[in-house]
Amino acid sequence: MSLKIIKAGIQDTLQDMGRYGHRQLGINPTGAMDKFSMQVSNALVGNAPEEAVIEMHFPASVFMFTEPALIALSGADFHAHINGEPVPHLHPILVAKNDLLHFKQPHHGARAYLSVRGGFEHKTWLNSSSTHLKAHAGGFKGRQLRKDDELFLRVPLPEGLIAAKQECYALPWQADVHWQEDPHEIYILPGHEWNSLIRESKENLFMTAFVITKHSDRMGYRLNHTPLHTLTHEEVVSSAVDFGTIQLLPDGHLIILMADHQTTGGYPRIGHCITAHHHRLAQLAPGDKIRFRLTDQLMAENLLQAQHTHLQQLAYSCGNRLQDFLNKHHVTH
Amino acid sequence: MTAKTTYRIFPLGDSAITADWGNCISEPVNREVLARFRQLSEVPLPGMTEVVSAYSSLTIYYDVLALRKRIAPGTTVYDHMRQLLEERLQQPVSADAVQGRLVRIPVCYEKPFATDLLSLALAKHISAEELVHIHTASIYRVYMLGFLPGFTYMGEVDERIAMARKPVPETVMPGSVGIAGRQTGVYPLVSPGGWHIIGRTPLALFSPEREEPALLAAGDQVQFYSISRHEFENY
Repeated sequence: MSLKIIKAGIQDTLQDMGRYGHRQLGINPTGAMDKFSMQVSNALVGNAPEEAVIEMHFPASVFMFTEPALIALSGADFHAHINGEPVPHLHPILVAKNDLLHFKQPHHGARAYLSVRGGFEHKTWLNSSSTHLKAHAGGFKGRQLRKDDELFLRVPLPEGLIAAKQECYALPWQADVHWQEDPHEIYILPGHEWNSLIRESKENLFMTAFVITKHSDRMGYRLNHTPLHTLTHEEVVSSAVDFGTIQLLPDGHLIILMADHQTTGGYPRIGHCITAHHHRLAQLAPGDKIRFRLTDQLMAENLLQAQHTHLQQLAYSCGNRLQDFLNKHHVTH
Repeated sequence: MTAKTTYRIFPLGDSAITADWGNCISEPVNREVLARFRQLSEVPLPGMTEVVSAYSSLTIYYDVLALRKRIAPGTTVYDHMRQLLEERLQQPVSADAVQGRLVRIPVCYEKPFATDLLSLALAKHISAEELVHIHTASIYRVYMLGFLPGFTYMGEVDERIAMARKPVPETVMPGSVGIAGRQTGVYPLVSPGGWHIIGRTPLALFSPEREEPALLAAGDQVQFYSISRHEFENY
Protein backbone atom coordinates (compact mmCIF):
# COMPACT_ATOMS: atom_id res chain seq x y z
CA MET A 1 0.00 0.00 0.00
CA SER A 2 2.32 2.64 -1.19
CA LEU A 3 3.40 5.22 -3.71
CA LYS A 4 6.75 4.45 -5.32
CA ILE A 5 9.10 6.88 -6.98
CA ILE A 6 10.05 5.38 -10.35
CA LYS A 7 11.99 8.42 -11.48
CA ALA A 8 12.94 11.38 -9.27
CA GLY A 9 11.71 14.89 -9.98
CA ILE A 10 13.87 17.99 -9.66
CA GLN A 11 12.56 18.86 -6.18
CA ASP A 12 9.57 16.97 -4.84
CA THR A 13 9.02 17.13 -1.09
CA LEU A 14 6.42 16.27 1.50
CA GLN A 15 4.91 19.50 2.87
CA ASP A 16 2.09 20.63 5.11
CA MET A 17 0.96 23.97 6.55
CA GLY A 18 4.37 24.46 8.15
CA ARG A 19 6.21 24.04 11.43
CA TYR A 20 5.41 26.76 13.93
CA GLY A 21 6.59 27.62 17.41
CA HIS A 22 10.32 27.10 16.86
CA ARG A 23 11.49 30.27 15.14
CA GLN A 24 13.08 31.37 18.42
CA LEU A 25 15.66 28.60 17.78
CA GLY A 26 16.14 29.68 14.18
CA ILE A 27 13.92 26.85 12.92
CA ASN A 28 11.96 28.35 10.05
CA PRO A 29 8.43 27.13 9.33
CA THR A 30 8.97 25.73 5.77
CA GLY A 31 5.66 24.13 4.60
CA ALA A 32 3.95 24.21 1.22
CA MET A 33 4.80 27.23 -0.93
CA ASP A 34 1.17 27.39 -2.10
CA LYS A 35 -0.90 26.48 0.94
CA PHE A 36 -4.10 27.38 -0.88
CA SER A 37 -3.53 24.72 -3.57
CA MET A 38 -2.36 22.25 -0.95
CA GLN A 39 -5.69 22.64 0.83
CA VAL A 40 -7.60 22.36 -2.45
CA SER A 41 -5.99 19.00 -3.22
CA ASN A 42 -6.83 17.79 0.27
CA ALA A 43 -10.45 18.96 -0.09
CA LEU A 44 -10.80 17.00 -3.33
CA VAL A 45 -9.95 13.69 -1.64
CA GLY A 46 -11.79 14.45 1.59
CA ASN A 47 -8.69 14.96 3.74
CA ALA A 48 -8.28 17.46 6.57
CA PRO A 49 -6.93 20.73 5.08
CA GLU A 50 -3.57 20.37 6.83
CA GLU A 51 -2.81 16.79 5.69
CA ALA A 52 0.68 16.48 4.20
CA VAL A 53 0.88 16.42 0.40
CA ILE A 54 3.68 16.09 -2.15
CA GLU A 55 4.83 19.40 -3.57
CA MET A 56 6.31 19.05 -7.06
CA HIS A 57 8.38 21.24 -9.35
CA PHE A 58 8.82 20.51 -13.04
CA PRO A 59 10.16 18.04 -14.08
CA ALA A 60 8.23 16.14 -11.43
CA SER A 61 8.69 12.54 -10.30
CA VAL A 62 7.14 9.53 -12.01
CA PHE A 63 5.04 7.71 -9.43
CA MET A 64 3.67 4.18 -9.28
CA PHE A 65 0.80 3.14 -7.05
CA THR A 66 1.20 -0.33 -5.56
CA GLU A 67 -2.46 -0.31 -4.51
CA PRO A 68 -5.61 1.50 -5.64
CA ALA A 69 -5.91 5.04 -4.25
CA LEU A 70 -7.97 8.19 -4.51
CA ILE A 71 -5.75 11.13 -5.42
CA ALA A 72 -6.01 14.74 -6.60
CA LEU A 73 -3.70 17.22 -8.31
CA SER A 74 -3.82 20.97 -7.79
CA GLY A 75 -1.67 24.07 -8.07
CA ALA A 76 0.46 24.09 -11.21
CA ASP A 77 -0.86 22.10 -14.16
CA PHE A 78 1.99 19.87 -15.41
CA HIS A 79 -0.21 17.89 -17.84
CA ALA A 80 -0.55 14.79 -15.69
CA HIS A 81 -0.92 11.42 -17.39
CA ILE A 82 -1.75 8.05 -15.93
CA ASN A 83 -0.52 5.08 -17.96
CA GLY A 84 -0.01 7.50 -20.85
CA GLU A 85 -3.57 8.86 -20.79
CA PRO A 86 -4.16 12.50 -19.79
CA VAL A 87 -5.95 13.02 -16.47
CA PRO A 88 -7.73 16.24 -15.55
CA HIS A 89 -6.44 18.80 -13.11
CA LEU A 90 -8.39 19.57 -9.91
CA HIS A 91 -10.53 16.42 -9.99
CA PRO A 92 -10.55 13.47 -7.58
CA ILE A 93 -9.00 10.56 -9.48
CA LEU A 94 -9.26 6.86 -8.75
CA VAL A 95 -6.04 5.06 -9.56
CA ALA A 96 -5.55 1.30 -9.78
CA LYS A 97 -2.75 -0.97 -8.69
CA ASN A 98 0.40 -0.48 -10.78
CA ASP A 99 -0.87 2.75 -12.34
CA LEU A 100 1.93 5.06 -13.42
CA LEU A 101 1.53 8.79 -12.86
CA HIS A 102 3.77 11.12 -14.77
CA PHE A 103 3.82 14.75 -15.86
CA LYS A 104 4.47 15.79 -19.47
CA GLN A 105 4.98 19.56 -19.50
CA PRO A 106 4.32 22.64 -17.40
CA HIS A 107 1.13 24.24 -18.68
CA HIS A 108 0.71 26.90 -16.03
CA GLY A 109 2.07 27.53 -12.54
CA ALA A 110 5.31 26.47 -10.89
CA ARG A 111 4.32 24.06 -8.11
CA ALA A 112 1.88 21.17 -8.26
CA TYR A 113 0.39 19.31 -5.30
CA LEU A 114 -0.49 15.64 -5.06
CA SER A 115 -2.83 14.53 -2.29
CA VAL A 116 -3.81 10.97 -1.45
CA ARG A 117 -6.98 10.13 0.44
CA GLY A 118 -6.00 9.28 4.04
CA GLY A 119 -2.55 10.82 3.69
CA PHE A 120 0.95 9.37 3.83
CA GLU A 121 2.47 7.34 6.62
CA HIS A 122 5.46 9.25 8.01
CA LYS A 123 7.06 10.57 11.16
CA THR A 124 6.57 14.19 12.13
CA TRP A 125 9.33 16.43 13.41
CA LEU A 126 8.35 19.14 15.91
CA ASN A 127 4.67 18.49 15.14
CA SER A 128 4.92 19.02 11.40
CA SER A 129 5.31 16.84 8.32
CA SER A 130 7.03 19.53 6.30
CA THR A 131 10.43 18.71 4.86
CA HIS A 132 13.14 20.95 6.29
CA LEU A 133 15.80 20.62 3.61
CA LYS A 134 18.52 22.57 5.50
CA ALA A 135 18.06 20.71 8.78
CA HIS A 136 17.59 17.34 6.99
CA ALA A 137 14.53 16.72 9.13
CA GLY A 138 10.79 16.30 8.76
CA GLY A 139 8.85 15.10 5.72
CA PHE A 140 10.22 11.98 4.04
CA LYS A 141 13.65 11.32 5.63
CA GLY A 142 14.28 15.07 5.77
CA ARG A 143 14.99 15.30 2.07
CA GLN A 144 13.47 15.53 -1.37
CA LEU A 145 12.07 12.36 -2.93
CA ARG A 146 14.48 10.09 -4.81
CA LYS A 147 14.16 7.15 -7.15
CA ASP A 148 13.01 3.98 -5.36
CA ASP A 149 11.60 5.85 -2.38
CA GLU A 150 8.35 4.32 -1.18
CA LEU A 151 5.75 6.38 0.66
CA PHE A 152 3.23 4.24 2.47
CA LEU A 153 -0.41 5.27 2.43
CA ARG A 154 -2.07 5.52 5.80
CA VAL A 155 -5.53 4.21 4.85
CA PRO A 156 -6.49 1.56 2.29
CA LEU A 157 -9.16 2.47 -0.21
CA PRO A 158 -12.57 0.98 0.75
CA GLU A 159 -13.25 -2.35 -0.97
CA GLY A 160 -16.45 -1.12 -2.61
CA LEU A 161 -14.59 1.74 -4.24
CA ILE A 162 -11.97 -0.59 -5.64
CA ALA A 163 -14.71 -2.82 -7.04
CA ALA A 164 -16.38 0.26 -8.55
CA LYS A 165 -13.47 0.94 -10.81
CA GLN A 166 -12.10 -1.08 -13.66
CA GLU A 167 -9.45 1.41 -14.58
CA CYS A 168 -8.22 4.84 -13.59
CA TYR A 169 -10.81 7.53 -13.91
CA ALA A 170 -11.56 11.04 -12.79
CA LEU A 171 -14.65 11.62 -10.69
CA PRO A 172 -16.98 14.06 -12.45
CA TRP A 173 -16.51 17.23 -10.40
CA GLN A 174 -13.81 19.86 -10.38
CA ALA A 175 -12.64 22.37 -7.78
CA ASP A 176 -13.23 25.98 -8.79
CA VAL A 177 -10.09 27.90 -7.87
CA HIS A 178 -10.47 31.21 -9.72
CA TRP A 179 -7.56 30.86 -12.15
CA GLN A 180 -9.01 33.80 -14.03
CA GLU A 181 -7.56 36.19 -11.44
CA ASP A 182 -4.44 38.07 -12.50
CA PRO A 183 -1.70 35.97 -10.90
CA HIS A 184 0.99 38.56 -11.61
CA GLU A 185 -0.53 41.29 -9.47
CA ILE A 186 0.75 41.15 -5.89
CA TYR A 187 -0.68 43.36 -3.17
CA ILE A 188 1.86 44.61 -0.66
CA LEU A 189 1.84 46.35 2.69
CA PRO A 190 4.56 48.91 3.45
CA GLY A 191 7.44 47.54 5.51
CA HIS A 192 9.14 49.28 8.40
CA GLU A 193 11.88 50.73 6.19
CA TRP A 194 9.45 51.74 3.42
CA ASN A 195 10.09 55.41 4.07
CA SER A 196 13.82 55.01 3.67
CA LEU A 197 13.24 54.62 -0.09
CA ILE A 198 13.68 57.79 -2.17
CA ARG A 199 10.50 59.07 -3.82
CA GLU A 200 11.48 57.96 -7.28
CA SER A 201 12.12 54.41 -6.06
CA LYS A 202 8.74 54.33 -4.31
CA GLU A 203 7.07 55.35 -7.56
CA ASN A 204 9.07 52.80 -9.53
CA LEU A 205 7.91 50.06 -7.21
CA PHE A 206 4.37 50.46 -8.50
CA MET A 207 5.01 51.63 -12.04
CA THR A 208 7.51 49.09 -13.29
CA ALA A 209 7.44 45.32 -13.66
CA PHE A 210 9.69 43.12 -11.55
CA VAL A 211 11.06 39.99 -13.14
CA ILE A 212 11.68 36.84 -11.11
CA THR A 213 15.28 35.78 -11.75
CA LYS A 214 16.63 32.26 -11.97
CA HIS A 215 18.14 32.80 -8.50
CA SER A 216 14.76 31.97 -7.03
CA ASP A 217 13.72 28.95 -5.04
CA ARG A 218 11.76 27.87 -1.98
CA MET A 219 13.87 30.23 0.17
CA GLY A 220 13.21 33.39 -1.79
CA TYR A 221 12.74 35.09 -5.14
CA ARG A 222 15.37 37.52 -6.33
CA LEU A 223 13.93 40.16 -8.62
CA ASN A 224 15.42 41.92 -11.61
CA HIS A 225 14.55 45.59 -12.02
CA THR A 226 15.95 49.13 -12.02
CA PRO A 227 17.84 49.32 -8.71
CA LEU A 228 16.00 51.07 -5.87
CA HIS A 229 17.70 53.63 -3.67
CA THR A 230 17.42 54.65 -0.05
CA LEU A 231 17.86 58.09 1.49
CA THR A 232 20.30 56.89 4.13
CA HIS A 233 22.37 53.79 4.64
CA GLU A 234 21.11 53.04 8.10
CA GLU A 235 22.16 49.63 9.35
CA VAL A 236 19.34 47.35 10.38
CA VAL A 237 20.24 44.90 13.16
CA SER A 238 18.84 41.42 12.56
CA SER A 239 15.20 40.97 13.47
CA ALA A 240 12.38 38.61 12.59
CA VAL A 241 11.01 38.37 9.05
CA ASP A 242 8.18 36.35 7.52
CA PHE A 243 6.99 34.63 4.34
CA GLY A 244 6.29 37.48 1.93
CA THR A 245 8.74 39.98 3.45
CA ILE A 246 10.37 42.06 0.69
CA GLN A 247 13.97 42.95 1.55
CA LEU A 248 16.19 45.47 -0.20
CA LEU A 249 19.65 44.02 -0.83
CA PRO A 250 22.74 46.29 -0.74
CA ASP A 251 22.87 46.30 -4.57
CA GLY A 252 19.40 47.90 -4.77
CA HIS A 253 17.57 44.74 -5.79
CA LEU A 254 14.66 43.12 -4.04
CA ILE A 255 14.24 39.64 -2.63
CA ILE A 256 10.87 38.23 -1.60
CA LEU A 257 11.15 35.71 1.21
CA MET A 258 9.29 32.46 0.53
CA ALA A 259 8.42 29.31 2.51
CA ASP A 260 12.00 28.26 3.38
CA HIS A 261 13.06 31.79 4.36
CA GLN A 262 15.44 32.42 7.25
CA THR A 263 13.77 33.37 10.52
CA THR A 264 15.63 36.67 10.80
CA GLY A 265 17.19 39.19 8.47
CA GLY A 266 19.18 42.39 8.56
CA TYR A 267 18.19 44.03 5.27
CA PRO A 268 15.69 46.89 5.04
CA ARG A 269 12.12 45.60 4.91
CA ILE A 270 10.58 47.57 2.09
CA GLY A 271 7.25 45.80 2.16
CA HIS A 272 5.36 42.58 2.71
CA CYS A 273 3.36 40.61 0.15
CA ILE A 274 -0.04 39.91 1.66
CA THR A 275 -0.71 36.35 2.83
CA ALA A 276 -3.72 35.99 0.53
CA HIS A 277 -1.37 36.42 -2.44
CA HIS A 278 1.31 33.94 -1.34
CA HIS A 279 -0.31 31.32 -3.58
CA ARG A 280 0.04 33.65 -6.57
CA LEU A 281 3.72 34.16 -5.81
CA ALA A 282 4.23 30.43 -5.32
CA GLN A 283 2.92 29.73 -8.81
CA LEU A 284 5.31 32.16 -10.53
CA ALA A 285 8.52 30.92 -12.09
CA PRO A 286 11.81 32.56 -13.15
CA GLY A 287 11.12 34.90 -16.06
CA ASP A 288 7.59 35.75 -14.84
CA LYS A 289 6.77 39.35 -14.07
CA ILE A 290 5.27 40.80 -10.91
CA ARG A 291 3.39 44.07 -10.56
CA PHE A 292 3.13 45.38 -7.01
CA ARG A 293 0.11 47.24 -5.75
CA LEU A 294 -0.11 48.99 -2.39
CA THR A 295 -2.90 47.92 -0.07
CA ASP A 296 -3.77 48.23 3.63
CA GLN A 297 -4.17 45.94 6.63
CA LEU A 298 -7.97 45.79 6.37
CA MET A 299 -7.90 44.74 2.71
CA ALA A 300 -5.14 42.19 3.41
CA GLU A 301 -7.17 40.66 6.22
CA ASN A 302 -10.42 40.75 4.23
CA LEU A 303 -8.79 38.97 1.29
CA LEU A 304 -7.34 36.32 3.59
CA GLN A 305 -10.76 35.78 5.14
CA ALA A 306 -12.39 35.55 1.68
CA GLN A 307 -9.82 32.98 0.61
CA HIS A 308 -10.41 30.94 3.74
CA THR A 309 -14.19 31.06 3.24
CA HIS A 310 -13.71 29.91 -0.36
CA LEU A 311 -11.59 26.96 0.85
CA GLN A 312 -14.17 26.04 3.49
CA GLN A 313 -16.96 26.07 0.90
CA LEU A 314 -14.83 24.02 -1.45
CA ALA A 315 -14.05 21.46 1.25
CA TYR A 316 -17.74 21.27 2.15
CA SER A 317 -18.91 20.77 -1.45
CA CYS A 318 -16.14 18.30 -2.27
CA GLY A 319 -16.89 16.38 0.92
CA ASN A 320 -20.58 16.12 0.01
CA ARG A 321 -19.94 15.05 -3.57
CA LEU A 322 -17.43 12.46 -2.44
CA GLN A 323 -19.77 11.10 0.23
CA ASP A 324 -22.60 10.77 -2.30
CA PHE A 325 -20.26 8.92 -4.62
CA LEU A 326 -19.09 6.60 -1.86
CA ASN A 327 -22.68 5.92 -0.77
CA LYS A 328 -23.68 5.16 -4.34
CA HIS A 329 -20.98 2.54 -4.45
CA HIS A 330 -22.18 1.07 -1.14
CA VAL A 331 -18.98 1.96 0.62
CA THR A 332 -19.01 2.17 4.38
CA HIS A 333 -17.12 5.29 5.34
CA MET B 1 14.18 46.87 38.01
CA THR B 2 12.75 47.73 34.63
CA ALA B 3 14.94 49.20 31.94
CA LYS B 4 13.87 52.46 30.35
CA THR B 5 11.31 51.37 27.82
CA THR B 6 11.06 53.28 24.62
CA TYR B 7 9.88 51.10 21.80
CA ARG B 8 8.08 51.36 18.52
CA ILE B 9 5.40 48.99 17.37
CA PHE B 10 4.86 48.29 13.68
CA PRO B 11 3.29 45.60 11.50
CA LEU B 12 5.41 42.88 9.88
CA GLY B 13 3.00 42.16 7.05
CA ASP B 14 -0.57 41.08 7.80
CA SER B 15 0.10 38.26 10.28
CA ALA B 16 2.80 39.57 12.61
CA ILE B 17 3.61 42.61 14.74
CA THR B 18 7.00 43.83 15.94
CA ALA B 19 8.00 45.91 18.95
CA ASP B 20 11.45 47.41 18.51
CA TRP B 21 13.56 48.94 21.28
CA GLY B 22 15.86 50.99 19.09
CA ASN B 23 17.52 48.90 16.36
CA CYS B 24 20.69 48.37 18.39
CA ILE B 25 23.04 45.76 19.81
CA SER B 26 22.99 46.46 23.53
CA GLU B 27 22.99 44.09 26.46
CA PRO B 28 20.50 46.03 28.63
CA VAL B 29 18.11 46.30 25.67
CA ASN B 30 18.46 42.61 24.85
CA ARG B 31 17.80 41.75 28.52
CA GLU B 32 14.58 43.71 28.39
CA VAL B 33 13.58 42.04 25.10
CA LEU B 34 14.25 38.58 26.52
CA ALA B 35 12.34 39.31 29.71
CA ARG B 36 9.39 40.36 27.53
CA PHE B 37 9.85 37.28 25.38
CA ARG B 38 9.68 34.98 28.40
CA GLN B 39 6.65 36.71 29.76
CA LEU B 40 4.82 36.48 26.43
CA SER B 41 5.83 32.82 26.06
CA GLU B 42 4.45 32.01 29.50
CA VAL B 43 1.25 34.02 29.08
CA PRO B 44 0.62 34.33 25.33
CA LEU B 45 -1.66 36.99 23.93
CA PRO B 46 -4.95 35.52 22.66
CA GLY B 47 -4.52 34.47 19.03
CA MET B 48 -0.73 34.60 19.22
CA THR B 49 0.91 31.65 17.45
CA GLU B 50 4.54 32.42 18.14
CA VAL B 51 6.90 35.00 19.62
CA VAL B 52 10.49 35.56 18.51
CA SER B 53 13.16 37.69 20.16
CA ALA B 54 15.99 39.31 18.23
CA TYR B 55 18.74 41.80 19.19
CA SER B 56 16.45 44.65 20.10
CA SER B 57 13.01 43.53 18.97
CA LEU B 58 10.20 41.10 19.60
CA THR B 59 7.93 39.80 16.89
CA ILE B 60 4.57 38.22 17.58
CA TYR B 61 2.96 36.05 14.90
CA TYR B 62 -0.79 35.67 15.11
CA ASP B 63 -3.70 33.79 13.59
CA VAL B 64 -5.65 36.37 11.58
CA LEU B 65 -8.56 34.03 10.85
CA ALA B 66 -9.10 33.05 14.50
CA LEU B 67 -8.80 36.66 15.64
CA ARG B 68 -11.26 37.99 13.05
CA LYS B 69 -14.01 36.42 15.15
CA ARG B 70 -13.07 38.59 18.15
CA ILE B 71 -13.10 42.00 16.52
CA ALA B 72 -15.75 44.38 15.22
CA PRO B 73 -16.37 44.44 11.45
CA GLY B 74 -14.36 47.14 9.71
CA THR B 75 -11.58 47.06 12.31
CA THR B 76 -8.32 45.22 11.82
CA VAL B 77 -6.78 42.33 13.66
CA TYR B 78 -3.55 44.32 13.53
CA ASP B 79 -5.04 47.21 15.56
CA HIS B 80 -6.47 44.69 17.99
CA MET B 81 -3.10 42.99 18.43
CA ARG B 82 -1.34 46.32 18.73
CA GLN B 83 -3.61 47.32 21.58
CA LEU B 84 -3.12 43.98 23.36
CA LEU B 85 0.63 44.23 22.93
CA GLU B 86 0.78 47.81 24.17
CA GLU B 87 -1.23 46.88 27.25
CA ARG B 88 1.10 43.97 27.88
CA LEU B 89 4.22 46.10 27.47
CA GLN B 90 2.87 48.56 30.05
CA GLN B 91 3.24 45.82 32.63
CA PRO B 92 6.65 45.86 34.28
CA VAL B 93 8.99 42.90 33.89
CA SER B 94 12.17 42.26 35.77
CA ALA B 95 14.96 42.11 33.23
CA ASP B 96 17.43 41.17 35.99
CA ALA B 97 15.65 37.92 36.76
CA VAL B 98 16.58 36.51 33.37
CA GLN B 99 19.74 34.51 33.96
CA GLY B 100 21.11 32.40 31.13
CA ARG B 101 23.27 29.32 31.56
CA LEU B 102 27.04 29.51 31.23
CA VAL B 103 28.06 27.10 28.48
CA ARG B 104 31.70 26.30 27.77
CA ILE B 105 32.41 25.37 24.16
CA PRO B 106 35.60 23.59 23.09
CA VAL B 107 37.14 24.92 19.89
CA CYS B 108 40.06 23.66 17.88
CA TYR B 109 41.74 26.79 16.50
CA GLU B 110 44.09 24.77 14.29
CA LYS B 111 44.34 23.72 10.66
CA PRO B 112 42.42 22.58 8.73
CA PHE B 113 39.48 24.10 10.63
CA ALA B 114 40.73 27.66 11.18
CA THR B 115 40.59 28.67 7.53
CA ASP B 116 40.63 32.44 8.13
CA LEU B 117 42.55 32.64 11.40
CA LEU B 118 45.90 33.65 9.90
CA SER B 119 44.48 36.19 7.47
CA LEU B 120 42.42 37.76 10.26
CA ALA B 121 45.41 37.87 12.61
CA LEU B 122 47.52 39.39 9.86
CA ALA B 123 44.91 42.03 9.07
CA LYS B 124 44.63 42.93 12.76
CA HIS B 125 48.43 42.97 13.27
CA ILE B 126 48.38 40.35 16.02
CA SER B 127 49.66 36.81 16.23
CA ALA B 128 47.40 33.76 15.83
CA GLU B 129 48.08 32.90 19.50
CA GLU B 130 46.96 36.37 20.60
CA LEU B 131 43.80 36.10 18.50
CA VAL B 132 42.90 32.78 20.15
CA HIS B 133 43.75 34.19 23.56
CA ILE B 134 41.51 37.21 23.02
CA HIS B 135 38.64 35.13 21.61
CA THR B 136 38.73 32.71 24.58
CA ALA B 137 39.21 35.40 27.23
CA SER B 138 35.71 36.87 27.11
CA ILE B 139 32.33 35.52 28.06
CA TYR B 140 29.88 36.21 25.26
CA ARG B 141 26.17 36.76 25.43
CA VAL B 142 23.88 34.88 23.04
CA TYR B 143 21.78 37.79 21.82
CA MET B 144 19.56 35.83 19.49
CA LEU B 145 19.21 32.82 17.20
CA GLY B 146 18.43 33.10 13.52
CA PHE B 147 19.74 32.68 9.97
CA LEU B 148 19.95 28.86 10.33
CA PRO B 149 18.39 26.43 12.83
CA GLY B 150 20.49 26.81 15.98
CA PHE B 151 22.71 29.64 14.66
CA THR B 152 23.65 31.97 17.51
CA TYR B 153 24.51 35.63 17.29
CA MET B 154 26.93 36.28 20.16
CA GLY B 155 28.88 39.32 21.19
CA GLU B 156 30.68 41.35 21.51
CA VAL B 157 34.22 40.40 20.58
CA ASP B 158 37.16 42.61 21.49
CA GLU B 159 37.86 45.35 18.93
CA ARG B 160 41.33 43.84 18.42
CA ILE B 161 39.77 40.81 16.66
CA ALA B 162 36.67 42.44 15.13
CA MET B 163 36.43 42.36 11.34
CA ALA B 164 33.70 43.13 8.80
CA ARG B 165 32.36 40.02 7.08
CA LYS B 166 33.97 38.70 3.90
CA PRO B 167 32.61 40.18 0.67
CA VAL B 168 32.03 36.79 -0.97
CA PRO B 169 30.40 34.00 1.08
CA GLU B 170 32.11 30.60 1.08
CA THR B 171 30.90 27.16 2.06
CA VAL B 172 31.24 26.74 5.80
CA MET B 173 31.25 23.39 7.60
CA PRO B 174 29.11 22.59 10.67
CA GLY B 175 30.75 23.56 13.97
CA SER B 176 32.77 26.37 12.38
CA VAL B 177 33.35 29.30 14.73
CA GLY B 178 33.34 32.68 13.04
CA ILE B 179 33.72 36.40 13.57
CA ALA B 180 31.77 39.11 11.74
CA GLY B 181 32.09 42.67 12.95
CA ARG B 182 31.96 42.43 16.73
CA GLN B 183 29.78 39.34 16.56
CA THR B 184 30.93 35.77 17.00
CA GLY B 185 28.96 32.62 16.32
CA VAL B 186 29.01 28.95 15.41
CA TYR B 187 27.61 27.51 12.18
CA PRO B 188 25.34 24.63 13.16
CA LEU B 189 24.92 23.27 9.61
CA VAL B 190 26.83 23.38 6.37
CA SER B 191 25.98 26.69 4.75
CA PRO B 192 27.34 29.52 2.66
CA GLY B 193 28.71 32.09 5.07
CA GLY B 194 30.67 35.33 5.11
CA TRP B 195 32.07 35.13 8.64
CA HIS B 196 35.82 34.74 9.22
CA ILE B 197 36.29 31.15 10.36
CA ILE B 198 38.81 30.86 13.20
CA GLY B 199 38.17 27.32 14.45
CA ARG B 200 35.72 24.48 14.84
CA THR B 201 33.90 22.90 17.76
CA PRO B 202 33.22 19.14 17.96
CA LEU B 203 29.89 19.90 19.67
CA ALA B 204 26.69 19.66 17.63
CA LEU B 205 25.08 23.08 17.97
CA PHE B 206 21.97 21.72 16.32
CA SER B 207 20.62 18.22 16.03
CA PRO B 208 17.04 17.54 14.91
CA GLU B 209 16.95 14.21 16.79
CA ARG B 210 17.53 15.83 20.19
CA GLU B 211 14.59 16.80 22.33
CA GLU B 212 16.16 20.26 22.52
CA PRO B 213 17.45 20.56 18.94
CA ALA B 214 19.47 23.73 19.60
CA LEU B 215 22.33 23.58 22.10
CA LEU B 216 22.13 27.28 22.99
CA ALA B 217 19.30 29.70 23.69
CA ALA B 218 19.08 33.47 23.64
CA GLY B 219 20.35 34.85 26.95
CA ASP B 220 22.94 32.10 27.47
CA GLN B 221 26.55 32.99 28.31
CA VAL B 222 29.23 31.31 26.25
CA GLN B 223 32.93 30.91 26.83
CA PHE B 224 35.11 29.23 24.23
CA TYR B 225 38.18 27.24 25.23
CA SER B 226 40.97 25.97 23.05
CA ILE B 227 41.47 22.26 22.38
CA SER B 228 44.09 20.51 20.25
CA ARG B 229 43.46 18.74 16.99
CA HIS B 230 43.96 15.46 18.87
CA GLU B 231 41.39 16.41 21.48
CA PHE B 232 38.98 17.49 18.73
CA GLU B 233 39.25 14.15 16.98
CA ASN B 234 38.78 12.19 20.20
CA TYR B 235 36.06 14.38 21.62
